[in-house]
Amino acid sequence: MTRRPAWPGILAALLVLGLSFGTIAAVLWRAEGRFALGPADWAALRFTIVQALLSAAVSVALAVPVARALARRRFIGRGVLVTLMGAPFILPVIVAVLGLVTVFGRNGWVSGLLAMVGLPPLEIYGFQGVVLGHVFFNLPLATRLILQGWLAIPAERFRLAASLGFTSTHVARQLEWPMLRAIVPGAFMVIFLICTTSFAVALTLGGGPRATTVELAIYQAFRFDFDLSRAALLALVQLLLSGTAALLALWVAVPQSLGAGLDRTVDRWDARRPGLRWLDSALIILAATFLLAPLAAIALRGLPGLTALPSEVWGAAWRSIWVALVSVAVTLGLALPMGLSIVALRGRALARGIEAAGYLSIAASPLVLGTGLFLLIFPIADPVALALPVTALINAVMSLPFALRALVPALGEIEAQYGRLADSLGLSGWARLRRLTLPRLRRPLGFAAALAGALSMGDLGVITLFADADAGTLPLLLYRLMGAYRMEQAGAVALILLALSVAMFWMFDRGGRVDADA
Amino acid sequence: MLRFTLTMATALLATTAIAEEKPVLTVYTYDSFNTEWGPGPAVEKTFEQTCGCDLQFIAAGDGAALLARLRLEGKRTKADVILGLDTNLTEAAAETGLFAPSGIEDVTYDLPLEWDDKMFVPYDWGYFAFVHDKSLTPPTDFRALADSDLKIVIQDPRSSTPGLGLLLWVKAAYGDAASEIWQGLADNIVTVTKGWSESYGMFLEGEADMVLSYTTSPAYHLIGEGDDSKAAAPFSEGHYLQVEVAGIVASSPQQALAQDFLRFMVGDDFQSVIPTTNWMYPAVIPTSGLPEGFDSLTVPDTALLIPAAEAAAARDAALAEWLDALAR
Repeated sequence: MTRRPAWPGILAALLVLGLSFGTIAAVLWRAEGRFALGPADWAALRFTIVQALLSAAVSVALAVPVARALARRRFIGRGVLVTLMGAPFILPVIVAVLGLVTVFGRNGWVSGLLAMVGLPPLEIYGFQGVVLGHVFFNLPLATRLILQGWLAIPAERFRLAASLGFTSTHVARQLEWPMLRAIVPGAFMVIFLICTTSFAVALTLGGGPRATTVELAIYQAFRFDFDLSRAALLALVQLLLSGTAALLALWVAVPQSLGAGLDRTVDRWDARRPGLRWLDSALIILAATFLLAPLAAIALRGLPGLTALPSEVWGAAWRSIWVALVSVAVTLGLALPMGLSIVALRGRALARGIEAAGYLSIAASPLVLGTGLFLLIFPIADPVALALPVTALINAVMSLPFALRALVPALGEIEAQYGRLADSLGLSGWARLRRLTLPRLRRPLGFAAALAGALSMGDLGVITLFADADAGTLPLLLYRLMGAYRMEQAGAVALILLALSVAMFWMFDRGGRVDADA
Repeated sequence: MLRFTLTMATALLATTAIAEEKPVLTVYTYDSFNTEWGPGPAVEKTFEQTCGCDLQFIAAGDGAALLARLRLEGKRTKADVILGLDTNLTEAAAETGLFAPSGIEDVTYDLPLEWDDKMFVPYDWGYFAFVHDKSLTPPTDFRALADSDLKIVIQDPRSSTPGLGLLLWVKAAYGDAASEIWQGLADNIVTVTKGWSESYGMFLEGEADMVLSYTTSPAYHLIGEGDDSKAAAPFSEGHYLQVEVAGIVASSPQQALAQDFLRFMVGDDFQSVIPTTNWMYPAVIPTSGLPEGFDSLTVPDTALLIPAAEAAAARDAALAEWLDALAR
């Protein structure tokens, strides 16, 4: 397996590791203090891990039936629905929280409906709220990742299954279960890692300081006590715990190999029973309602403000788009070599190491990451002038796990199915990449680019630590408007941001499946 | 990407070119100060007419983030003036040794307290208060609030300036009984948010009856939106005061210019834009008086403020009580 060099992937992994740990080191190096964590810090760590585990478990458990329903049904507007259902994931936190509250809050739509039939209002603030918020954010991601897995099962398998008279139970056992074994642990782990850095969602929907996460403890250490050593230590402990979790999940995942197909459209003979049809329709409607209602709330709130937008919007939108496009390029530039190396080294510890390094970045505390970068840049350059490139880089690294999640299983498939044929033809290097890998990778590549772009658009990221007043992105403008009572304008900016993010997602994602009908 | 970098480089060069002609005064401030709807643009324009300098604002989060930023940069900071700390931060700020005495001691302030800080110069102030819809009959103190079924939304003192203000408000008003007050308030608190914006947004969505904000908040709705439906509830214990200040960075080579700026800051041109851009009371009431609408605001009978020197110790004790009461 030495025919393809692994060093580009190793180099990319080292860069990401350097960013995660280097920034912590920078903060530690600047710190003076006791280098100790108190009981409250350990409580925050415990809460963070528990809520992240539960949020990831619920997200994935709900995503499997929803993804299956979407995978075996064809209906008008399915593509649009799949795109829109992905939108919560890319919303700025503050917008999503307000959207959720409008629908599920004490005075929300659901409570209004309950009141009509004489029931008490919904009580979302508490542990259930934390999970609800995280599921809202991550169910779309989990669904998409698992849906990718379903779509990667060759159509021939289902034809064969149909000709053998398989029922959907048989299909589940023979075709779908092996795919889930390969896909679900990775999806679970990515969501677990995202949830470990949650702060505003957990606090707001968790109902108060009961829901203190590590990121909030870091905030406190940094702002309240200016205890850099505690902030860095917390970030380090969190990163190590998350790294262990990542390695564990990768170890559990069993790569699958289904054999080659001819890349044709899947037809599901096994799923034609009316009962299953009803079940799938109900699932799709439920999931769509849960995910789209808060989006509708955001859109409705944004409409009145569209006529009175501040002049800064267009400059901010332009900068956001630029940052997103640069992010996409950097994400793919890191993810592709890492993915290729992971597949080339499959089975060896190094492969798991590279993959874990790629996932670790989302478990890095944004505040410590930003502060560390600031400390590293400050002695050599003006951090304010570098605000946009730095934001693009960080956003790219934050999207890396999703890109890897989308690319690695697909790359493994390609290798398993066509690897030997390509070897026997002596197809290697650039030619192999261009003729074999990239064409077959188009769908996951498009999806990865779409996620990276859209995530970057919606992410406030580290720009708060760096940005100049005249160089903000849309999310920053949104926060500034809200901070100045201008909720109506902020609502309109949120709507524009949502529209741009979804448009960017749709363009890349669509580009990745131009001739596919999924 | 290349063109992007080039554009940035050109922009940088352009800034440098202007800078060579005139001295540059760099003022670090919080985010909301230098927005097109904040005081920043007007202040910059007026000051530059007379100073023969280039006034540059650099925004960094909020007051606490501003101080953290300065501490990270230390003596190598390019800031000449820091504008936007408040009375809860001045002690910690003074302890860093990064600030120089302001040299401005002859100003008569319109503050509800005597100002004798030699280092920091106040530019605006306000009272924390619970804002509510006028259709509601508000409670008259914390005990009445705790006994009521009213729902409030507040901010976390660990991540928010008003959140910290409320913590110290209860502590200043109740001392050792603060813990008991928080236990009483626990079932009134819908939730605690990271920042003021989330709370205020949730209040406007109808998630809570009252939100922790300022007595001047209703002025925004009245003057900015023509909406007179909001009011701030007067509490008989008195209201905690927030005074926002600016200070000169000791390492700045522009000491004289920085002092000019602070003097300008307490003058009419600066003070008259504060009420309707920062939505706070000006530290020195301008000759034109307060804008119409400010006369309708709740004016507390008593101003509460824990002296800066004691604020740090009080803060840690109060936070422990707060966490204990709410994090069960």
